[in-house]
Amino acid sequence: MLVSEREQLRENIEQWVAQYGSDRSALIPVLQEVQRKYHHISEYVMQVVADTLNIHPVEVYGVVSFYSFIGLRPKGRFIIRLCRTISCAMQGNNRIARQLENDLGIHFGETTPDGNFTLEWANCLGMCDRGPAMLVNDRIFTQVTPESVHEILDECRKAFGAHTFQGEETCPL
Amino acid sequence: MIMPTETNQLTFSKVPINEGMKSALQKDRGEIIAMVSQSGLKGRGGAGFPTGIKWNLAAAAQDDQKFVVCNADEGEPGTYKDRVILTDYANLVFEGMTIGGYAIGARKGILYLRAEYTYLRSFLEDLLERRRRTGFLGQNVMGKRGFDFDIEIRMGAGAYVCGEETALIESLEGQRGEPRNRPPFPVNTGFMGHPTIVNNVETFAWVTCILVKGADWFRKIGTEKSTGLKLFSVSGDCSFSGVFEFPMGITVAELLERVGGIGAKAVQVGGASGHCVPASEFDRTIAFEDVPTGGSIIVFGPDRDMLAVAKNFMEFFIDESCGQCTPCREGNERLLEGILMLEQGRCSMRYLRELCALGETMQAASKCGLGQSSPNAFLSIVAHFKDEILGRAPVAD
Repeated sequence: MLVSEREQLRENIEQWVAQYGSDRSALIPVLQEVQRKYHHISEYVMQVVADTLNIHPVEVYGVVSFYSFIGLRPKGRFIIRLCRTISCAMQGNNRIARQLENDLGIHFGETTPDGNFTLEWANCLGMCDRGPAMLVNDRIFTQVTPESVHEILDECRKAFGAHTFQGEETCPL
Repeated sequence: MIMPTETNQLTFSKVPINEGMKSALQKDRGEIIAMVSQSGLKGRGGAGFPTGIKWNLAAAAQDDQKFVVCNADEGEPGTYKDRVILTDYANLVFEGMTIGGYAIGARKGILYLRAEYTYLRSFLEDLLERRRRTGFLGQNVMGKRGFDFDIEIRMGAGAYVCGEETALIESLEGQRGEPRNRPPFPVNTGFMGHPTIVNNVETFAWVTCILVKGADWFRKIGTEKSTGLKLFSVSGDCSFSGVFEFPMGITVAELLERVGGIGAKAVQVGGASGHCVPASEFDRTIAFEDVPTGGSIIVFGPDRDMLAVAKNFMEFFIDESCGQCTPCREGNERLLEGILMLEQGRCSMRYLRELCALGETMQAASKCGLGQSSPNAFLSIVAHFKDEILGRAPVAD
């Protein structure tokens, strides 16, 4: 990672800490900002966040590894989370799962080689009356059909057409 | 575009905005708490702790800082009423929080919104901003001198266990969402060590309704021990999925009739941590003294494989257990192993009994509600559907 990129990352983190406050309760909001922008929390980030909040990096690691929406592993620009809970299962989420795997060419827990899509399971998304449901980043899709999977993915791919992605960067480390 | 969730006529739709707050701010603090106590309102998240007692304890605690926390970490499988309330009646919730702040002497409210509902955030932030501009939040709320109150939204990060109030507080403090030992309770030692009330989204909305319509109105509905109305999130094998308002104490059979679920072989009341009620017990009532619920109703039709249901729930608990205490961390794994053996037709009655004993140990020995209730579904499915789950032909993977 270039020194200038590291500096940029550190600057961002300091900015978020200034925004959320420098006590421990700011930790999760700050990590959420990093996750949104860089799609994962690297060891370097954990060290910088720990230094800025004046806590041990292990404390940061403990939090990062606990929550499913914050993670150590780099993820795609689009994280697809398919609900696996009973009501969606009763509405045929297994077929959606298979079609997602077919159309993306990856299994659950994996990211496409181009770094665009990550496919994950999620627990109850609170759309039990109109399943199968899935989240694509923060956006919810309900009553997904095997056929509409393709349209949803296509819509995401079109978003790449726009050359830059708002507020988003690839993580330098 | 997402189709809106179907509902029947909800009381919330008939309560004018800010009437509850207006009524509350004319009363003194003790009167409000007395009114909430008198209504008999119990926590709508599922645990059913009397709201009045909780507020009274927090009000009595001596501290210059207190907090009101709204638990919008709705993660129980099959529950989505809080999403509907926050989408359509968020003002009632914010009012309820403000009333709570006034009653216990807090200046700050926090809405803990689950990460899966991030799409609601900007809408809710706008609503809060509007309330600040119109004087319903901020300094001297509604012109009441000396009453300052504001609400902040904090996002969860994807952990079911954070719906447990002490885990939620841990999460707010920037920690892993691991439940604390209780006592001390949050009403004494809550967020940052200060007295804190944590209530469900629906509880706050009902408080607002009670301030508008009176404690007696609420008390007269439902049963003696479970008063008032309740929202139910209905899904599964029924004609009408959606959010329905029914009085507490409704029988499972009556509820099924209303949602078009006649012929069901079982109903899961209270989500994965709740109880599986078989058809033979459909005359039981949904109330804190009989079958308790936070609102999740999942209907299983005659063709559903109950072992697959139990398997889905156990996988859920293994994924969501925080791993802090042994009964829950290890016990759930063993129960799932047992289900896989049953699936392959390889579980002896003797081993099944051992697993049931393990389940009971988990209920008694786990630290928080998650581990105490995770064996419920397994135990009730084993109790009622032995014929269906024993001696199966092995399935190919």
